[in-house]
Amino acid sequence: MARTILPFGPQHPVLPEPLHLKLTLEDEIVVEAVPALGYVHRGLEKLCEVRDYKQMIQIVERVCGICSCLHALCYCEGIEQMMGVEVPPRARFLRLVWGELHRMHSHLLWLGLFADAFGFESLFMQCWRIRERVMDIMEATCGNRVIVSVNVVGGVRRDLDAGQCAWILEQLAIVEKDLKQIQSTILSDYTVCSRTKGKGVLPKEQALQLGAVGPMLRGSGWAQDARQTGYSAFGEIDFEPVVEQDGDSYARCVVRFREVLQSIDLIRQGIAKLPAGDLVAKAKGMPDGEATTRVEQPRGELFYYIKGNGTKNLDRVRIRTPTFANVPPLLAILPGLELADVPVVVLSIDPCISCTER
Amino acid sequence: MDAVRGLAKTMFEDGYRFLTMSAVDLGDESLDLLYHYDKDLDLKHYRLTVKKGQAVPSVSPVYFCALLIENEIRDQFGVTFSDIVLDFGGTLYLEDDVRTSPFCKMSVTQIKKEG
Repeated sequence: MARTILPFGPQHPVLPEPLHLKLTLEDEIVVEAVPALGYVHRGLEKLCEVRDYKQMIQIVERVCGICSCLHALCYCEGIEQMMGVEVPPRARFLRLVWGELHRMHSHLLWLGLFADAFGFESLFMQCWRIRERVMDIMEATCGNRVIVSVNVVGGVRRDLDAGQCAWILEQLAIVEKDLKQIQSTILSDYTVCSRTKGKGVLPKEQALQLGAVGPMLRGSGWAQDARQTGYSAFGEIDFEPVVEQDGDSYARCVVRFREVLQSIDLIRQGIAKLPAGDLVAKAKGMPDGEATTRVEQPRGELFYYIKGNGTKNLDRVRIRTPTFANVPPLLAILPGLELADVPVVVLSIDPCISCTER
Repeated sequence: MDAVRGLAKTMFEDGYRFLTMSAVDLGDESLDLLYHYDKDLDLKHYRLTVKKGQAVPSVSPVYFCALLIENEIRDQFGVTFSDIVLDFGGTLYLEDDVRTSPFCKMSVTQIKKEG
């Protein structure tokens, strides 16, 4: 059969950011997918040579606005490791709270976009309506809705008083109630199931071999989550990764939905166990040596390699973002799909091109 | 140098996930290539020091997912990888006519041979 080559993106209704896939089709079936990147690459890693290690926090927060808090956290943990800084317990718990708020708003953003991708406009609207309350919490506690900028080397720059903690818990109770109301739609509505079940299946063994991370990996049956390493305050609270077995777009959707509910529980635990004490420990000297750190971003494992040279500038900041890791598995699951399913399956990895093209 | 792919095969057979690679310009005429692997949240790192412009065996025939990072390192540091499963030829991020490696402190200029 004659083959057709179809460009998918870089501008496409389901893609908020430019990603280009060159799809080779036989009739309406995809037989090969080749990515093309570089539309918005900014070379942010290189800025470590001209910005000092403290200014780099603002830079890494702008790798991706949606998960800015976790980029800063991962970077700060690396610098703290190199400088031997022990972060105060209160700061570690506060980092957990803001990090999980970020996961909630990111997953709700994605759930809305995913619903929009298969034409479920009212579900899109409900997800984003619920997300607004999470954004309100961040604005009230940090002064900003998305780039909250709370992490500094050695701790956090903001605190939560008892009144704010009580208010956050009230707001989260409303968010939880709202999520329960849309739960049956997300998990069992005919439209959602027919457009996602059995689409873009990533088998368990292949997920690991192709380097999948985050909900992509956990949706294929692997109980692996960087939060299990106990960074921030995760070593002091109850945490089990959310896992689904089927490896399809539906499984990835279910993982993310359950993770939003899980984040509410983690924030409640974090606030309940929030210890008194300092917000920041003083860092002495300049970063020297090498460090690797990782945290669990909403889209999956985020990895930083940092090399210092004993001056205020770093030799190297290397950022491996989750979408960068999830592109090869995406290339593996597209062949065999009908063209009409491609947009939904592409969106099912929650692609963040801003992260990918640092 | 040849051990790179052999090591990758061993890691693959032992059930390790290929996390990523990091390239670091050492400022002189060499680069560090770090290979990061993970198994059950346990990280392993291997370091390979190469001269700028020297070809390195690709691990993408073993770990398909290495193709993106190897192409990225080619773009940014000018390292060429032999037998890479999908070679963008230095154009993953860069335009065709770019001949320098923007992440190198002293850049490698890539010259295309005619014919």
